[in-house]
Amino acid sequence: MPKNPDIKKVLVIGSGPIVIGQAAEFDYAGTQACRSLKEEGLEVVLLNSNPATIMTDRDIADRVYIEPLTVEVVEQLILKERPDSVLPTLGGQAGLNLAMELAERGFLQKHQVRLIGTTAQTIKKAEDRLEFKSAMEKIGEPVAASLVVENVETGIAFASQIGYPVVLRPAYTLGGSGGGIARSQAELEEILSNGLRLSRVGQVLVERCIAGWKEIEYEVMRDGAGNCITVCNMENVDPVGVHTGDSIVVAPSQTLGDKEYQMLRTSALNIINELKITGGCNVQYALHPKSLEYCVIEVNPRVSRSSALASKATGYPIAKVAAKIAVGYTLDEIPNAITGQTMASFEPMLDYCVVKLPRLPFDKFISAKRTLTTQMKATGEVMSICQNFEGALMKAIRSLEQHVDSLVPASLLAPEGWGEGAFGKTTDGYDFTRLSREELLEQLQVVDDRRIWLIAQAIRAGISYEEIHEITKIDVWFIHKLAILVEMEQALRQQELSGELLKEAKRLEFPDHVIGALSGKTAEEVKAMRRELGLTAAYKMVDTCAAEFAACTPYYYSVYDGENEAVPGTGQKEKVLVLGSGPIRIGQGIEFDFCSVHGAWAYSREGYETIIVNNNPETVSTDFDIADRLYFEPLTPEDVENIVNLEKPQGAVVQFGGQTAIKLTQALMKMGVPILGTSAENVDAAEDRALFDKILEECGIPRPKGHTVYTVEEAKKAARELGYPVLVRPSYVLGGQGMQIAIHDRDVEEFIGIINRIAQEHPILVDKYLQGKEIEVDAVCDGEDILIPGIMEHIERAGIHSGDSISVYPARSMDGEVRGIIEEYTRRLARALHVKGLINIQFIVCGKKVYVIEVNPRSSRTVPYISKVTGIPIVSLAAKVILGKKLRELGYTPGLQPESPYYAVKMPVFSFEKIRGADIGLGPEMKSTGECLGIARTFKEALYKAFLGAGIRLPRYKNMIITVRDEDKEEAVDIARRFEALGYNIYATKGTARVLLEADVSVRLIRKLEQESPNILDLILSHEVDLVIDTPAQGVEHSHDGFIIRRNAIETGVNVLTAIDTAKALVESLENSSPEKLELIDIARLGA
Amino acid sequence: MKAFLILENGQIFTGTSMGAQREVISEIVFNTSMTGYLEVLTDPSYGGQAVVMTYPLIGNYGICREDMESRRPWPDGLIVRELSRMPSNFRSQDSLGHFLEEYNIPGIAGIDTRALTRILRERGTMNGMITTRAEFDLGEALHRIKAYTAGNVVERVTCREPYVLPGAGYRVALLDLGAKRNIARSLQKRGCQVMVYPAKTPAREILEANPDGIMLSNGPGDPKECEGPIQEIRRLYETEIPIFAICLGHQLMALATGADTYKLKYGHRGGNHPVRDLSDGRVYISSQNHGYAVDTDSLNPNIAVPAFENVNDGTNEGLSYRGKSIFTVQFHPEACPGPQDSAYLFDRFIQMMEVRRHA
Repeated sequence: MPKNPDIKKVLVIGSGPIVIGQAAEFDYAGTQACRSLKEEGLEVVLLNSNPATIMTDRDIADRVYIEPLTVEVVEQLILKERPDSVLPTLGGQAGLNLAMELAERGFLQKHQVRLIGTTAQTIKKAEDRLEFKSAMEKIGEPVAASLVVENVETGIAFASQIGYPVVLRPAYTLGGSGGGIARSQAELEEILSNGLRLSRVGQVLVERCIAGWKEIEYEVMRDGAGNCITVCNMENVDPVGVHTGDSIVVAPSQTLGDKEYQMLRTSALNIINELKITGGCNVQYALHPKSLEYCVIEVNPRVSRSSALASKATGYPIAKVAAKIAVGYTLDEIPNAITGQTMASFEPMLDYCVVKLPRLPFDKFISAKRTLTTQMKATGEVMSICQNFEGALMKAIRSLEQHVDSLVPASLLAPEGWGEGAFGKTTDGYDFTRLSREELLEQLQVVDDRRIWLIAQAIRAGISYEEIHEITKIDVWFIHKLAILVEMEQALRQQELSGELLKEAKRLEFPDHVIGALSGKTAEEVKAMRRELGLTAAYKMVDTCAAEFAACTPYYYSVYDGENEAVPGTGQKEKVLVLGSGPIRIGQGIEFDFCSVHGAWAYSREGYETIIVNNNPETVSTDFDIADRLYFEPLTPEDVENIVNLEKPQGAVVQFGGQTAIKLTQALMKMGVPILGTSAENVDAAEDRALFDKILEECGIPRPKGHTVYTVEEAKKAARELGYPVLVRPSYVLGGQGMQIAIHDRDVEEFIGIINRIAQEHPILVDKYLQGKEIEVDAVCDGEDILIPGIMEHIERAGIHSGDSISVYPARSMDGEVRGIIEEYTRRLARALHVKGLINIQFIVCGKKVYVIEVNPRSSRTVPYISKVTGIPIVSLAAKVILGKKLRELGYTPGLQPESPYYAVKMPVFSFEKIRGADIGLGPEMKSTGECLGIARTFKEALYKAFLGAGIRLPRYKNMIITVRDEDKEEAVDIARRFEALGYNIYATKGTARVLLEADVSVRLIRKLEQESPNILDLILSHEVDLVIDTPAQGVEHSHDGFIIRRNAIETGVNVLTAIDTAKALVESLENSSPEKLELIDIARLGA
Repeated sequence: MKAFLILENGQIFTGTSMGAQREVISEIVFNTSMTGYLEVLTDPSYGGQAVVMTYPLIGNYGICREDMESRRPWPDGLIVRELSRMPSNFRSQDSLGHFLEEYNIPGIAGIDTRALTRILRERGTMNGMITTRAEFDLGEALHRIKAYTAGNVVERVTCREPYVLPGAGYRVALLDLGAKRNIARSLQKRGCQVMVYPAKTPAREILEANPDGIMLSNGPGDPKECEGPIQEIRRLYETEIPIFAICLGHQLMALATGADTYKLKYGHRGGNHPVRDLSDGRVYISSQNHGYAVDTDSLNPNIAVPAFENVNDGTNEGLSYRGKSIFTVQFHPEACPGPQDSAYLFDRFIQMMEVRRHA
């Protein structure tokens, strides 16, 4: 069937801010889909509240709305833009839920807008537990015994009937929010009541526990004519019980015979046919490890994290094809863009093995429980490709950038191994060598992010594969593969490093420095030996067809024993290496992918051949047609050097890929690759305290006083000299990792201890903490002139990480004089650091005094947002400037640009409810996972939109709790008064209540946590509270009570604000705002 | 022990010996299935060929004898990237290495199978030798390699004597040209009694059994080598009995009715080939294993018309015979290994028998 001619204008709904369970994969899918629709000549209207995405670029969609994802907004948008169709299946669960709500309300029908792709009926059939179950029963597909319950009592009755443990899955939630396994009635009551609350429809599935079965997934496509294919199957190394987003996943399945493979494949096709899905779909199975019995776990009638992974693992562009299907094409009419000569109606065949590892945030949330359950906790993931499983796993491990480059614990490595900073003195809990056999057996019961390191140690301790399997339920095949890696590690330690042994170690992807450390050599010696043996990485192509057809898409991965297929370009074009930013983690999110992609596009437009290296399967940068050549590889010096040796690029760009790319600067220079843009010395100068101080002094720019220290004693001395409070942090970090405010010697001791969990090559910084307005600036410098698109101001006072602060453009609280100082300081710093390209500077303004607190001569988190709201394409400007163009010749007037008539408020979004045990209090260490934007003519409306976009939809019950630290009490009065005026009932604990009462605010006293019921906790758990304002005291003295209150509030779905400034902003936004009266702004027409 | 794969064009791959260590010369073909190595090995259509698996990790789930598609493995050799050291699957009874040894099949592991596949794709299927002799004389070896032809390999793989598989429904005569077990199983599953005949059985003998339908199986080699069966199949064509043919059977029916076949550059072997049913435009993913195809230009439209085509390269994938209850397909609706999407064709065959019975 050809394209449906009735479809002319399509609304695509994105997935909103990045949260755990809904990350960059939807930007990838949405971007691909929008491009695919535009290719068909359709007009695309895009709605997404997330400004860091590529899909919200004006060159991806025709009309771009960065507005909150609420039903009211979508309805207004449909009335304004009048699209004839809505494509809901590319924006993850958020987009899907919105579309469903619109369909259920009859709004779409009333305004004659159709859902394209999968119909509302199909979505309901797949998502609604009851309908799904009966659909499966109809076609004889087994599902685990289960019951949908709407109250706790029914759940208890059913669970006692099918027996514990039982699995709980709330309907319509993402990333398995609120789900879990209950082993007892008490656990059931707790998880179930929570799940019922989180479910959009108040339903939770109580299900027979099939934990321990193999978890297998199939990615399936179906077109409107009923043609079906499976793109890929994937096997979770972790058995059922660990969320697939947190599992180690391998593609294709490894331990399934053809009987099992085809049995599940046929089942998946039967299901997609019964559900009549048109587009992509993911089916998850539990397969009994000792029989052919299986159960369908769930079906996602949309693109998903798994489909992004499957697309990258196979080369098959699922989102692109799904979009084409949505507008009417059949699979056999859609070309396979990878081969260029076959059609999309085939099944990709892999001739390699793919491993995905989750990136978990336990380095940020050190108090959090590391256990992996059915509730997803990973913020991102890495993928690697190799021709053997061991090699793929090894590459994936080092792609994680978690200071661990192999399964070998630091204590088993010779000190030489520490050289390149890949190993610490301790490896953050990855070292299990001190455990006894019994302790190991006990520890194996716990499934957490360190399980493969633990299993490796169990193998070293001689525990049999069978025993390990019995406890972990991980298939023996995988355990055996880990054993092969342990064997190699032992061989390297015990045997002379022969050519044969080295060859085998490289085949298994042991990095040179690990081989060196194990065999008593330096990494350089190992590299020299390799050079002598001619042992170099070769690159193979991902071609969707196992070499059956010649493919034209240069998408490569490395192997160590094979023919090289990657023939570098003819050299007619100069080549630029663009280094990506690796896995999405807190502090380094999707915004750096935005910058990498725009960088690559800009160079391409300037006539360069672009080469992207990255390992994140969720991102746009690793899509097959973004750069001229894509290397899906770890971002370590050794891996990058192999690519450099082959491609011999004329230059490398590191300033777009976040800290991951910046870290490679030195290594690239050693390889002789010129760093394009700001030089390595100058990047260094911004990070090196002594050098930086000198530059500031020369420029006459003040900064908060501070010292460089290495030990606790030095730190305490420095702190006393500066006077508490002080800011303690490691240098060379991202996202303020390890940064803390200390108010006492005790705090200094604790913080330095935490920082030193990972060996520090660089000193620790102790600075005077200034409480002022935090200001941020991104600028482009061409070596002479600078261009500042705008000045951003943080709502929260200094001390809260810039990524966790609400950021407002244009800055409101400064006069022209201060603005002038900021512009001037930016100019001086950019010149002093010889910046060519991007620079990000953070200032603190106290009155008229401006201090510089941080300078990053690279792209930043705010680049996508500021370029979108000002209409100035900063990244592409930076790329041109790096190539030698001048701002003036590009048509820009240097300096601070005129302010936009619109306010733009960037709001951080957190995923606290997903991470049990994480402290939600904000501080200098970043904790947010994503962001959303509010744009409006007035500050209040922009702020309101931003809060809405972040999921804060108030008022509901009009009950709130205020409990603030002493410093905040005065300001709390005004805030409370304003909430009172909005009709809120205010509850407060003793201290806060007294202050409020004295100021004539009516307040109800609530007992503290340690007092008898009903106390503050009971009130929170009553589900009638909208909001808790709880500002924790600074320093280590954070009360345990506060922690419990905040955690319980978060887990009960109550909004919690931990900074007084945020609270002030919220009340301001709620005054005179309503979700129905928002003005929607097409940012594609801003500044144009 | 080291082993060598010497290609007809003089290229040599060095790997590790697996299975038997005897020297063998054969036609080298590649299969892109990611699972199903045992089904591939026991598919008689691979008689006279050595198979390269493009998926690099082979042997992962061991050997489950129940999954064998005939009584023994047939390829002359097996070529893999990595032989699994430790198979793991609850149904596994043995390792692939042992299995190859048991049947005296030589193999080679540890070679760059992707590079090899690319050569076969670019240069076309060619002959090769697997040997463990390090001091081979290349000139002499190449001479022998080039001279190799599979010959009439159907005779080697077909059953020696007729036999009957019980069933209460339609009585189907299955001409075993190298049949995979799942053809008979698929018929039995639909209630059929299956009478299996050796490839050289005269048409008269089959017709004397008065079957409700005739099934021509898959099989190895160049269809034109099967001169005897082609003549007999012509006689079967003359009757009114419904006939369903797969793969080699499909090619022989075409040859028997005056059409021509030709050798494909490197064949179709794998489980991901899209075929389009020309009657309704639907596309199915099929299991395939063939090196030859029917030349559609040679068809007499009064006798046969294309019923299926390959979506990738447009080659013929099935024929429907005018005025006859005969349809034939190039791909493998019996799957094993591979997708089961076209199993409905067996139902179509049953319907044809039903129509004839009630006619």
